[in-house]
Amino acid sequence: MIVRIATEGQYELGDDDVPELNQLDNAAVAACEGGDEQHFQQSFDRLIAYVRDKGQPVGEDRLDASDVILPPPDVSFEEAKAEFSGEGLIPG
Amino acid sequence: MPGLSGRMSTVIKAKISKLLDRAEDPAETLEYSYQKQIELLQNVKKGIADVVTSKKRLQLQEQKLRDQVVKLDTQARQALAAGNEDLARVALERKNVAQTELQSLDSQIAQLEQQQQQMTESEQKLRAKIEQFRSKKEVIKAQYSAAEAQVRISEAATGVGEEMADVGLAMQRALDKTENMKARADAVQELEAAGTFEDLTALGSGDDDIDRQLKALSSTSEVDSELAKMKAELGAGAPTSAGELGAGNSPAAAPAEAEQAGPSQGQAP
Repeated sequence: MIVRIATEGQYELGDDDVPELNQLDNAAVAACEGGDEQHFQQSFDRLIAYVRDKGQPVGEDRLDASDVILPPPDVSFEEAKAEFSGEGLIPG
Repeated sequence: MPGLSGRMSTVIKAKISKLLDRAEDPAETLEYSYQKQIELLQNVKKGIADVVTSKKRLQLQEQKLRDQVVKLDTQARQALAAGNEDLARVALERKNVAQTELQSLDSQIAQLEQQQQQMTESEQKLRAKIEQFRSKKEVIKAQYSAAEAQVRISEAATGVGEEMADVGLAMQRALDKTENMKARADAVQELEAAGTFEDLTALGSGDDDIDRQLKALSSTSEVDSELAKMKAELGAGAPTSAGELGAGNSPAAAPAEAEQAGPSQGQAP
């Protein structure tokens, strides 16, 4: 499956990586919803690191849409919280 | 996948479909997307130019501060040589403030440098995708039936649309950061102009009170040396006063200065 890290680019991950990815995503969301900024940063950093580590960068000659899109690596806690309400990172 | 990534994907996909909904006919969709891509590429170029401009401005400010540090250091030395330790201390204090400000400017410039590099990379990536889209577009137009073309166009347009949305987001974030730095630099400059920093950092380019005091000091020594010279001229007929000649504030420097400054000072009282 293709994962995009917003503002960075697309990575292709194997099906085997999906459960781990899902777990990391859930941990980040739980920390975010629980208002635990430090824990959010840690789990979100792990999520990004996992995609960079396990994924193969998608070539520039491919025009495939991503299956999932992660927020930018430098996303702030406030921005991540806004992801769950209102307009999210990309208004309009 | 729900959560952060799911939400993000939904938002971006909604944006893309809004972008593509405008055109109904496949050929029109192709041309419309391509036109949008070219527009965005122009915007990215403008964005990079903005970042470069801001960086240059900060670099100018940085140079001004560097000059200020050198100037304050020289002033401190001069003050100390003249025996005014309090003044030397004030100059050194201001030098410290200017150096702290300089460090924060340095890190801002480094950040802008990074923004510029990221945006340049984004521009290249988008350019490659647009080129890919352009050649695909021609193949689709030439080789496929209307129904099949519709599917392939939608795939390609979604892929490139996502890239566009992402580059748009990267650019928006880079420009937001740049705006914040610009706002801060403007605020510092306004404070300088209003003289608010005068007695704190002496960042302004005009005469500050250290300058004035140092001028006062040097004019004092000029007066002293002129006096000494006059005494020497007057004393030519009365050798008894020779012992008083060296009694100025700065015995080593004063006679040499007196040779240079003497005549012009004497002609313009």
